[in-house]
Amino acid sequence: MTTIKNSSAAEIELLDKNEDSYDGTNQQSRTESFIGNLKYLIVGVFFGIVFVKAEIVSWFRIQEMFRLDSFHMYGVIGSAVAVGLISLQIIKRFKIKTISGEEVSIPPKHFNKGQIYGGFLFGLGWAITGACPGPLFAQIGSGFLVVIITLLSAIAGTWTYGLLRSRLPH
Amino acid sequence: MEIFELIRKPWPWYIAGPLIGFTVPILLLLGNKSFGISSSLRHICAAVIPANISFFKYDWKKEAWNLFFVAGITLGGFVATYLLTNPDSLIVAESTKASLTQLGITDFSGLMPADIFSVENILSLKGLIFFVFGGFLVGFGTRYAGGCTSGHAIMGLANLQWPSLVATIFFMVGGFFSTWILLPWLLNLVR
Repeated sequence: MTTIKNSSAAEIELLDKNEDSYDGTNQQSRTESFIGNLKYLIVGVFFGIVFVKAEIVSWFRIQEMFRLDSFHMYGVIGSAVAVGLISLQIIKRFKIKTISGEEVSIPPKHFNKGQIYGGFLFGLGWAITGACPGPLFAQIGSGFLVVIITLLSAIAGTWTYGLLRSRLPH
Repeated sequence: MEIFELIRKPWPWYIAGPLIGFTVPILLLLGNKSFGISSSLRHICAAVIPANISFFKYDWKKEAWNLFFVAGITLGGFVATYLLTNPDSLIVAESTKASLTQLGITDFSGLMPADIFSVENILSLKGLIFFVFGGFLVGFGTRYAGGCTSGHAIMGLANLQWPSLVATIFFMVGGFFSTWILLPWLLNLVR
């Protein structure tokens, strides 16, 4: 049994200061109205369709990936990163602004050991459930209603992390 | 009509990957939002069960876009499955099929194995392992790591963030460990 080192108050304070580097942050200074938020619903619909049509929400595709029996998932993730990288370079180079005229800003990510421990634990769950958080929602939409249980449990997992956060090594 | 037939077929990686990649600039240009999905789980905690935990005390309404986004993904899953139905059944790689058959998976017809992901398994050991335990690891792990495949592996790597590379490497390490060591053991348990 390894002993779990508690994260010091200073470490947690630093984590909180870097809170903007969490995924999915909103850097827009103007607040979005309900109607304004519908834009993201539409992007989500488009995204969910891609998820299902490319079958990346399939448990079998995740198995193929980790068994190195298919290039499909590597191709999807690799080309997604490539397209994301090129578009970010273009946005930065030409200082393209958002539709409301703001400068695009992406908070940098800060390293902490959570990326190692948490990353490994998520990897375990990824292969068991055949889903990351995005595909969980798409699977439910696809009619796999039992995945609602998986999603509720994932929410419970997130909540438990919040509860134990200061006692976990970071 | 031919285009509709093409859309109904499974999409190859070189179509799907770039489309997913385009989500990165689209979200930024629509409203300065960084692509990431696991944060939605945290917002749900903050909105529904904050329980006076400091990690869930923040202005989640400012991040509500993320909840609209995942609602959209759910709806998109519905549209793709029921309106753009794939005419053929899923094709699983022969070697994966062979290994999984040995582990007791018999049904390869759908996106998810019916042997595991069916309603009658909810109150069984299978349900406890694959839905409850697996889901818990997904939620706990992604938050501990500060993101998931979308936030780290796509958004983070596209923005050349080395902490995201570390996270992505450990996502893969965990996945390989789970597939080759943990999963065979778990599937034997529930056989």
